[in-house]
Amino acid sequence: MDVFLQQVVNGVTLGAVYAVVALGYTMVYGIIQLINFAHGEVVMIGAMVAFSVISALAPSGLPPLAVVLLGTGFAIPVCMLVGYSMERLAYRPLRRAPRLAPLITAIGISIILQHLALMIWSRNILAFPQILGTTTYFVGGAAITNVQIAIIAICVALMGGLAALVYRTRLGTAMRATAQNPQVAGLMGIDINRVIAATFVIGAALAAVAGVLYGTYYGIAQYTMGSVLGLKAFSAAVLGGIGNIPGAMLGGVLLGVVEALGAGYIGDVSDLCRYGWIAALMDVRCADGGHFILFGSEYQDVFAFLVLILVLVLRPSGLLGERVGERA
Amino acid sequence: MRALFDTRGHPALVWIGTALVAIVLAVLPFALASIGTTWVRITNYAILYVLLALGLNIVVGFAGLLDLGYIAFYAVGAYTYALLASPHFDLHLPFWAVLPIGAAVAAFFGVLLGAPTLKLRGDYLAIVTLGFGEIVRIFLNNLSRPVNITNGPQGIARIDPFRIDGLDFSKYETLAGVFFSGPIKYYYLLLLVMLAIIVLNVRLQDSRIGRAWEAIREDEIAARAMGINTRDMKLLAFAMGASFGGVAGGMFSAIQGFISPESFVLVESIMVVSMVVLGGMGNIWGVILGALLLSFVPEILRWTVEPFQRALFGRQLVEPEVIRMLIFGFALVLIMIFRPAGLLPSAVRKRELAASAESRLADVRT
Amino acid sequence: MQRTWLALALSATAVALAGCGEQAPAPKPEAKAEAPKAPPPPPSIEIKIGHAGPLTGGIAHLGKDNENGAQLAIDEANEAKLKIEGKDAKFVLLKEDDQADPKQGTTVAQKLVDAKVNGVVGHLNSGVTIPASALYNQAGIPMISGSATNPKLTEQGFKNVFRVVGRDDQQGPAIASYLAAERKPKLVAVIDDATAYGEGIANEVEKTLTAAKIKVLPREKGTDKTTDWKAILTKLRGRKPDAIFYGGMDATGGPLIKQGKELGIKAVFSFGDGACTDKMTELAGPAAEGLLCSQAGIPPQAASRKFLDAYKKKFNVAPILYAPFTYDAANLLIEAMKKANSAEPSKYLPELQKLSFSGATGPISFDDRGDRKDAEITIFTMKGGKIEPIAVVKGGKTFGYEEFLKTMGGG
Repeated sequence: MDVFLQQVVNGVTLGAVYAVVALGYTMVYGIIQLINFAHGEVVMIGAMVAFSVISALAPSGLPPLAVVLLGTGFAIPVCMLVGYSMERLAYRPLRRAPRLAPLITAIGISIILQHLALMIWSRNILAFPQILGTTTYFVGGAAITNVQIAIIAICVALMGGLAALVYRTRLGTAMRATAQNPQVAGLMGIDINRVIAATFVIGAALAAVAGVLYGTYYGIAQYTMGSVLGLKAFSAAVLGGIGNIPGAMLGGVLLGVVEALGAGYIGDVSDLCRYGWIAALMDVRCADGGHFILFGSEYQDVFAFLVLILVLVLRPSGLLGERVGERA
Repeated sequence: MRALFDTRGHPALVWIGTALVAIVLAVLPFALASIGTTWVRITNYAILYVLLALGLNIVVGFAGLLDLGYIAFYAVGAYTYALLASPHFDLHLPFWAVLPIGAAVAAFFGVLLGAPTLKLRGDYLAIVTLGFGEIVRIFLNNLSRPVNITNGPQGIARIDPFRIDGLDFSKYETLAGVFFSGPIKYYYLLLLVMLAIIVLNVRLQDSRIGRAWEAIREDEIAARAMGINTRDMKLLAFAMGASFGGVAGGMFSAIQGFISPESFVLVESIMVVSMVVLGGMGNIWGVILGALLLSFVPEILRWTVEPFQRALFGRQLVEPEVIRMLIFGFALVLIMIFRPAGLLPSAVRKRELAASAESRLADVRT
Repeated sequence: MQRTWLALALSATAVALAGCGEQAPAPKPEAKAEAPKAPPPPPSIEIKIGHAGPLTGGIAHLGKDNENGAQLAIDEANEAKLKIEGKDAKFVLLKEDDQADPKQGTTVAQKLVDAKVNGVVGHLNSGVTIPASALYNQAGIPMISGSATNPKLTEQGFKNVFRVVGRDDQQGPAIASYLAAERKPKLVAVIDDATAYGEGIANEVEKTLTAAKIKVLPREKGTDKTTDWKAILTKLRGRKPDAIFYGGMDATGGPLIKQGKELGIKAVFSFGDGACTDKMTELAGPAAEGLLCSQAGIPPQAASRKFLDAYKKKFNVAPILYAPFTYDAANLLIEAMKKANSAEPSKYLPELQKLSFSGATGPISFDDRGDRKDAEITIFTMKGGKIEPIAVVKGGKTFGYEEFLKTMGGG
């Protein structure tokens, strides 16, 4: 039981980070139906900038928390700038082009950002200075660290803040109007270009925070970290229903838990030796506590993709998304 | 490029032109070998990329389905060859039997990917294909247990080279007084396969099937209304594209003699997509140009950028590999913004671009 | 419009081809002794030795280290003014960058074959060395790797392929038997990163442990990019192993040990050479203290004093990892040429096979496959943020480190 509980704790922590990244995908998709493929790279840039600031300040004797906050404080504007330029230079000129065009530029942007980061921060794995002392608490047999608790709390606060922004402010109203019908929103006096740019910038700020959280939690950053993280967060957004903000949060946490439980249990579940009759049928040697594991933890990374494919094929609107026309 | 093939009124010119091209292609490897056999090898890899780009062009260019996991079919072809012609299972089937099997297995995987994704819209399809490509690689990397099928990350070594009646493609030998190195022999074989695939592509494009794909790409609903079986046509595009990838993969296996999953990563898929986009989606000659350009760029960079930087700064600041990737990235962005139809646009794409702004506005997403 | 583009395309191709033509090194077979128009008095012979390893990319620093080792040997040979076939031998090192990529590896191997090198030192990675070795074999050029540890390399039946470093199936058993003998675990968990290296060494560890009647849990795997090991570690925590072995690099091994300690796992963590670096402390902080790990061969600081001094003097840095081995590899080629009094591969290859040589890494001789007889493996532990050698395993025997140093007469 404590193993199960621990896996859920692991999954929720990871899922909270996925959720924050997924918000960036879902906001942009909701407003202009664009998959911002390069969003994961913004997360990476956030982690890298924070790394530079934190390693520069770590020996300064400032309190560790202040150092991390300063790192985040630098990462956010840099990422906002990256997000804004991305929209302005690579996506806005293509707003009327066929659907595949912005996807291809997004791949291009993602390659460019990765290799610029490589040139600045090198190819090596960067080790975040271990300045935040970790304290481990045991709750019902499950270990949870102060960093994990902070990550979950920050993610919940960010999601709450974003929901308030979208549903309670003028900008949020404009964003929702643009999402529903850009032409009409434009006619109503909304500056669509500004609203779209604002969406990118907010998404990028969230990505920066996610990057810092990820970096401090795992203690490492590398120029390639964005692509896998981005893909998983995108899967989370699709799972929750892309374009739907509560959906992204739900999808993120669910995907994190699915991954943790999947990696933790798939080996036991697919061990043919647990099923006597199959083992007998297939003439597998199980004697003496042997194992015949079809799929082990090596298939951990397959889950996100499987979830993605299954959701898109079976229920393209995701868990919380409303049904949209096939060729919207 | 089509102007070159305009035979009306100038049959003689065409023959002369063809003869010239044929002579150049035939002599090329010896010219390259005089500089170094390395260049023959580099050319061979470039031809492999041409095969891949032509295969992907069927899916992306003709049928308009963006496939970001195309390298999976290359991997399937390569592994099929490696498993059926190496000491791994102690099977040594001849290459003329294995290559078609590889093509068929790859085509099967193409349909496997295509069938569940028929209804997906372009950008969703792209992401799903990306996931598919990664899943195939993860499986290849891990199918070494509980039963060893692919030998996992260790890869498969000592793969049989092509052999015809004692003529071994991997060996150096002198035939009719001319010295043939292994890469030169492979060059001619690759050239033959490439020419066959080009002819097939040209014929396909102007056939009923080719026009059906074009109709689907332009407007799927209209195409269905016109009586085109869109499901079968899309599956056919996936299968054909995949089978070309399979053939290329099989040849890669034989030339390389050793394969492992690390040769089939996402970056390779993106490289092939870049070739197609850069050259001009849907235009066979454009795609070939794109593939050749992007395969030779890294080599050219290696010979120019490094010495240049050393001369200028005394050390290497930016690796050629990084510059190559930056070139890919910028090419994708700039091409899409300024020349969306690629360096050599296909006729249809040109028509589209020439169309009035009004009709393009109709495409605005709502 | 079409014509202009055609013209552009053609000129682009032409430029590309021209570029190829100009830049190629044009390695004319000047090595042939009769060719040079040099002044008649001391007739000289140019002997080309190729070195290939990654000079760009993630492990470029290791590639450079390897290259330096070989370069040092070449320079020393030139200073020694050797005579081969009665002529003044002039050794040249041709350096190539294989980018740690198998495809690139065969391309540069071809380049070296084109240049008609007399012998090759390299490559660095097993995955690159294996396909490249086929080319050298075909051309009959002797090749010695100083760092490729995959057993498959020397099991291809190639007569001209050698290595001076221990194989994965020597290193794995060494760390496993040290673990078994010193820590006496009852249950061990083995994890790898699903790469050729990680899986290879993990398999050998598992084999040795099982042979020692120690129970091993079913293998867990991540990837070489995994950062979150918690799911796997949590599962393992439930099984309560006494030791955990991880086959993989420090980039993933660091987070692994850190997260393991966070989850409260008390088992001994042990690693292969990929994660046997000081970087583990950087990545895992205090969690890395007390880990065990192994390196093929002897630590660079245990290499002969003469080598260490010469290396430092020439390159102003200390050798990183495999430089003593590539140094020995190059020296072995030269020594065999000296013995055969010929730089002709077919002539000096038999000498190389039966050579018995005393190098910077100790005495070297080859077995039938081309592997080094009695290669050493060193066991390290993490102490105060630095890895420190504690034992050397050689020919199935474990020596304390101090004891071993005495036999080396170095360090």
